[in-house]
Amino acid sequence: MKYVDEYRDPVLIENVAREIARTVKPARHYRIMEVCGGHTHSIYRHGLRDVLPENIELVHGPGCPVCVLPTGRVDDGLSIADGDDVILTCFGDMLRVPGTRGTALERKARGADIRMVYSPLDALKLAQTNPSKQVCFFAIGFETTAPSTALTILRARALGVENFSVFSNHVTIVPAMRAILDSPRMLLDGFVGPGHVATITGCRPYEFVARDYGKPVVVAGFEPLDILQAILMVVRQLNAGEARVENEYARFVPWNGNGAALAALETVFALRPVFEWRGLGFIPESAFEVRADFATWDAERRFAVPGVRVTDPSAAQCGEVLTGSLKPAQCRLFGTVCSPERPVGALMVSSEGACAAHYRYAQRAAETEPAGV
Amino acid sequence: MALAERPRRRVAFTDERIEMAHGAGGKASRRLVEGLIAPAFANPILDTLSDAAVFSLGGVRVATTADGYVVRPLRFPGGSIGELAINGTVNDLAVSGARARALMATFVLEAGIESEIVRAEVAAMAVAAERAGVAVVGGDTKVVEHGLCDGMYITTFGIGEIDPRFALDPGSVRSGDRVLLSGPIGSHGITILLARGELDLEADVRSDTRSIWPFVDALGDACGSGVRWMRDPTRGGVATALNELARDANVAIVLDESAVPLGTQVRGACELLGLDPLHIANEGQFLAVVAPERAAQALAALRAVAGGEAAADIGEVRAQPARTLLGETPYGGVRAIDMLVGDPLPRIC
Repeated sequence: MKYVDEYRDPVLIENVAREIARTVKPARHYRIMEVCGGHTHSIYRHGLRDVLPENIELVHGPGCPVCVLPTGRVDDGLSIADGDDVILTCFGDMLRVPGTRGTALERKARGADIRMVYSPLDALKLAQTNPSKQVCFFAIGFETTAPSTALTILRARALGVENFSVFSNHVTIVPAMRAILDSPRMLLDGFVGPGHVATITGCRPYEFVARDYGKPVVVAGFEPLDILQAILMVVRQLNAGEARVENEYARFVPWNGNGAALAALETVFALRPVFEWRGLGFIPESAFEVRADFATWDAERRFAVPGVRVTDPSAAQCGEVLTGSLKPAQCRLFGTVCSPERPVGALMVSSEGACAAHYRYAQRAAETEPAGV
Repeated sequence: MALAERPRRRVAFTDERIEMAHGAGGKASRRLVEGLIAPAFANPILDTLSDAAVFSLGGVRVATTADGYVVRPLRFPGGSIGELAINGTVNDLAVSGARARALMATFVLEAGIESEIVRAEVAAMAVAAERAGVAVVGGDTKVVEHGLCDGMYITTFGIGEIDPRFALDPGSVRSGDRVLLSGPIGSHGITILLARGELDLEADVRSDTRSIWPFVDALGDACGSGVRWMRDPTRGGVATALNELARDANVAIVLDESAVPLGTQVRGACELLGLDPLHIANEGQFLAVVAPERAAQALAALRAVAGGEAAADIGEVRAQPARTLLGETPYGGVRAIDMLVGDPLPRIC
């Protein structure tokens, strides 16, 4: 398969792995965070941990949209489905995220009209074919998915479809990275930067990491070769005492980003003054809300969303895992109370969540994995 | 059977309601069957929880099985509900080492469905039965109100004699055995997903629905006594079937992931949708665990059957870590492969 097989070539991968092993300084410990959940998934899926030297420690970052969504927002979103004549739509992952009163799937089994879509445009189509219903799209995701939501709202306006709305939980990655860098517990050496997000934002937004914090960032693709190459580039910078932003994913990521997508974001969304992230707490200017000009398509204005705050179950240590200060298997609930089938926290739901990835692909290695921090 | 004597881990069913995931063939389905249904009927035949119930009737070893078909849409590239209803039941018997001798079919029809649709499915069943060499000898019809069953549901019951060439027993699976797969995986599940028309995605994929008896028959001739276990990886896919074997036989199964046959279209769709092909349903493939010294012979026999050219040796049985399915990646990494969790593709058969 073109554009995939080249990046999974065992010979090339072995070469890069060997080069990494040659390049690392034996006495040094390298703590590298892969920011994006897509990277976490790929690392586990392809068993990449096994081809890296012992002294490279990968820390799973907060780049999993389902995982960082606080329970209160899940409850708020699901409450919309309680209304009469409402069809709530969402991506597949969202269906299994537990709120205080169960998951979307459980509500669906009890009769709520909740449907999975693969694109917000499908939700808009549903609104057009069901004019007597209110169709709401439970929007999640970083800059990767936010432009498609923005374009869908623009199209809804152009078509005059007014029974469609968006419950926006779109977030932006940079403030979250800053929060992690500011955390006193966080002793990271460098970052594998979020490739999908960067196709929209470009590489510039990460320059502060190198400039202000002196840490290298290498924006990377999601195939095994991409990830290993990016790790090698981070290691080389660290060995040379450098801190720059480099672009490993240049085949898709323009340095200055995607202008059309950024313009759509700017037109439809404004930054919220503050937004709660699971595990990271309240972060200023870290999330998008629908601008007042588009109030008709804003679910938070259309529906009486309760705006609840819910603290995570105290035994669950999602926050510590999310910030990388705890490995998934070190959580008190991992694999016993909390499993992919009966998740307590969202990290166990999404295939991009560190806990689900760890459970699915590396459960057996749990006892031997080196401790975090 | 050796398995029945071994105490099975008790499964509790505490879910408050039935959800679609309980029908997806993964962990939730297993909980429903083992936790809620099977305990009420506990008996040595049922307790093996295999694809078919095997017992003696008048001195003859027979296998019986029943299956319900609720696929939506009724017709899809490469097949239809009627073909599935024949092939699925024939295949459940085949992997139990039995050639289907007779089937019964029950139709639940929705008031308002066009007679032509019913006629077409009955005809499709007749063709599939003819091809599989099995007679449909009886059945039942019911009609329910409009809006209740998406056109039609079909259930079939099948019976066959156990073929004396086989001595199947998951308890006999041991370290060193090879795992064979009859052909490329995932085409049925992906075909149904695309046939629903809910994705703006087109691919030239067709369901693989077919009778697998010719392959089982060829295995029987080549090395019947060397075959320890067979299973058709339908809902839940290859990963679920092999996880169940690992659990039942208390062994580890290690897949060479690059050896698993996979069509380009299915692979592309899975990459795009974030699905693992090992979790996608098949309706015309089967897995066999064979003794290592017979593996080459068995593989050659499968490949000699028309439609079996892509059959492959995909992995081996090891003693440790017990009750686990592992995948070896082409890069020397290893991952644990879980059973299907949740419900990526509801109502695929």
